[in-house]
Amino acid sequence: MKIYLKIWRQKDVDSKGKIVDYTLNNVESDMSFLEMLDVLNEDLVAKGEEPVEFDHDCREGICGTCSLMINGQPHGPDRLITVCQLHMRSFNDGDTIVIEPFRAKAFPVIKDLIVDRTAFDRIQQAGGYISVNTSGNPVDANAIPIKKHVADKAMDAATCIGCGACVAACKNASAMLFTSAKVSQFALLPQGRVEATERVQNMVRQMDLEGFGNCTNTGACEVECPKGISLENIARMNREYLSAAVEG
Amino acid sequence: MGVLDSKIPSGPLADKWAKHKNEIDLVNPANKRNIDVIVVGTGLAGGSAAATLAELGYNVKTFCYQDSPRRAHSIAAQGGVNAAKNYQGDGDSVYRLFYDTVKGGDYRSREANVYRLAEVSSNIIDQCVAQGVPFAREYGGLLDNRSFGGVLVSRTFYAKGQTGQQLLLGAYAAMNRQIQRGKIKSYTRHEMLDLVLVDGKARGIIARDLVTGEIERHSAHAVVLASGGYGNLFFLSTYAMGANVTAAWKAHKRGAFFANPCFTQIHPTCIPVSGDHQSKLTLMSESLRNDGRIWVPKRLEDAQAIREGKLKPTQLKEEDRDYYLERRYPAFGNLVPRDVASRAAKERCDAGHGVNKTGEAVYLDFEAAIMRYGKEKAFTSGIKDPDKETTRRLGKEIVEAKYGNLFQMYEKIVDQNPYETPMMIYPAVHYTMGGLWVDYNLQTTIPGCYCAGEANFSDHGANRLGASALMQGLADGYFVLPYTIGDYLSDDIRTGAIPTDAPEFEATEKAVREKIEKLMSGKGLHSVDYYHKKLGKIMWNKCGMSRNEKDLKEAIAEIAELRKDFWENVKITGNPDDKNQELEKAGRVADFLELGELFAKDALHRNESCGGHFREEYQTPEGEALRDDKNFKYAAAWEYVGEPKDSKLHKEELTYENIEVKTRSYK
Repeated sequence: MKIYLKIWRQKDVDSKGKIVDYTLNNVESDMSFLEMLDVLNEDLVAKGEEPVEFDHDCREGICGTCSLMINGQPHGPDRLITVCQLHMRSFNDGDTIVIEPFRAKAFPVIKDLIVDRTAFDRIQQAGGYISVNTSGNPVDANAIPIKKHVADKAMDAATCIGCGACVAACKNASAMLFTSAKVSQFALLPQGRVEATERVQNMVRQMDLEGFGNCTNTGACEVECPKGISLENIARMNREYLSAAVEG
Repeated sequence: MGVLDSKIPSGPLADKWAKHKNEIDLVNPANKRNIDVIVVGTGLAGGSAAATLAELGYNVKTFCYQDSPRRAHSIAAQGGVNAAKNYQGDGDSVYRLFYDTVKGGDYRSREANVYRLAEVSSNIIDQCVAQGVPFAREYGGLLDNRSFGGVLVSRTFYAKGQTGQQLLLGAYAAMNRQIQRGKIKSYTRHEMLDLVLVDGKARGIIARDLVTGEIERHSAHAVVLASGGYGNLFFLSTYAMGANVTAAWKAHKRGAFFANPCFTQIHPTCIPVSGDHQSKLTLMSESLRNDGRIWVPKRLEDAQAIREGKLKPTQLKEEDRDYYLERRYPAFGNLVPRDVASRAAKERCDAGHGVNKTGEAVYLDFEAAIMRYGKEKAFTSGIKDPDKETTRRLGKEIVEAKYGNLFQMYEKIVDQNPYETPMMIYPAVHYTMGGLWVDYNLQTTIPGCYCAGEANFSDHGANRLGASALMQGLADGYFVLPYTIGDYLSDDIRTGAIPTDAPEFEATEKAVREKIEKLMSGKGLHSVDYYHKKLGKIMWNKCGMSRNEKDLKEAIAEIAELRKDFWENVKITGNPDDKNQELEKAGRVADFLELGELFAKDALHRNESCGGHFREEYQTPEGEALRDDKNFKYAAAWEYVGEPKDSKLHKEELTYENIEVKTRSYK
């Protein structure tokens, strides 16, 4: 099939970017979206032009590296997948596809379609952990039974891949879904309760410092999340935050 | 034994590790503050080592090429992590895990290391649960287990099909806590390009900032390489696109021996190749073999009809199907180890029974499991005589709960619904057992240069069992290396900070810059991917699932030729002082082009079949691997002396005092 591409090109963080048009003639429907970009880049290299830089690594939807805005949707038109799992069979011959980086003040563009998401790391560093040293002698793993549905809920929250689609989807560029997923995972588990108060306060403070926007409950994040992280987590984080404030 | 000293502690097997820990030197907490350690790679091994070293008080610097430590490829491990907890009461023990691992590795691993691995396996589960890793649980609230290939017990802990992700996020969280404390400085989007030796000791690295292109010097008292495996040598593999051998290979060229490079794991259950544009292969977890049955059509004409789309697999009657693993290996059935399952799939496809367009796929079928679970569920729900549809629906729900994310992944890639029609699978490169040679302390042949996780060669012999990679990565990083490195660092308490303006740093940086310049000055005929794909084809066709002398000799010559061509004609756009993904790839492919040759040389010299290394000349009349313990019961550690083809062989003889060496049988 023939595909028309409109791709954001930007030399570096300080330069101005622009949309550049490309046309690909021999796209196969069982190619992945990123393989389609590989083909474009092979063409560009052959012509001596600089290829389009984009972030990608595992190409199986789990590392969270790929991060493209496709026709205005983070990770493209399909639900519950990352760009690397998107296949060209989701498009038609003659389609025009607009590809941009994830946009947010807290995610500055590094080059072309690559953005800097280290703000997410700093939110995790502010409290996304349980303070336990490696010792070889904590309590036996089965000493504290955890109800299956609670453990499953914690697992659902823990499956966040940190890609940033929630931020890119949100009109306020809010990182509430991302932050609340980690807060929820630990708030649900008995191991995480001990530090719950400090954790939610510190992570929310860092989230605000990074320049992410506020949550106005539009739910776009949940719709676009490739891992289906639920809005319920934001509600849980708000409860945790409130009770932390009450606790002082 | 020559220059290789494995430093295995004396005494009975079960006491070695405890005794060793008691005898090695420690560094006192105040002195640890004056010691720096570099960790390259932030996967399970690197992340857990970095966090633990920082908890102990060392100053740690971590390096990863990804934009965050959380994205290391350990994240993609699906099925689970083994531990000898015996929670199921099915007769598991440290000895049995040790035994299974040595046997699974086809008697080519080091006994003492494997025993220690089995010994600390339980600690891993305790540690991860304490960190908040949400492992799967049963209704009673206790941890659930499942089975993996090559064993007869259920010792695998898991978190849906995302166990690697959850364990890595645990290690990442532990790292984050230390980053927050200022004990770890994390360098992301950085790639190690060389190892710096001062007075024969590893004292730092040269790294490239992948965003600015800047070449940087970083010093430390010791360097830990936890940079993963080298399967991307084959271009198509289940590895992440960026996974590479550069850190380990540079250390190799500076004096670290590279052991058993030809021991590569080809995983039996991956989604088959669909076309020339393909960039990567996707694994379908081995856990699926708990419930999936593998088969091909018995009759060649049925296979052909299926390939041509005239017949559907679901139309084929039970008696017309060949469940070849159950037929050949009744004791282990679909749960034979990976090397055995992969070869059996290749054998059936080579014989003309393959089921996709290219004839290189077999079926993994869940129909029987869906109906079995459905019946169980109907019974426990009190539904009497359920009809077929109800049973299917109930069974499907259970299969979905167990493997839902894998089925979804399959459907997205192949565009077929695996609940309705069997999956098509074929073997693909997945893991490398070979790697930098290390002694019992995980130190390479360069003093102060350590190697952990998949990057080292130590524990899996010629074949790794499922769910043992996560176990080894975390064992090395949490429980082994932080102890053993202290013994070495105890001599460094008075050394003080290592200056980066030493002539050795100067010289190594210069060498790195010259290499980049040379890469950029290629004539510009072909892209980096062109060379990578060519190398991959040579490797897959001549050094893949089965190998022979003629092919291997050809591979050595072809790789050397391709390497020459690469250095003269590679085309790299852009410039080296910017973000430049073509340059990044070029550096990695340059190293693969050297390793590939050593790989083939190693495979050629090993005149036996064992584990993942199958030489066509050495097989039993039934087509099973024929090991030669008399001549090859050793780890082959190669010393770099100029060109890969001239590498010098050193042998570490393997002695088995606690396990009877016998022919591996899963019949």
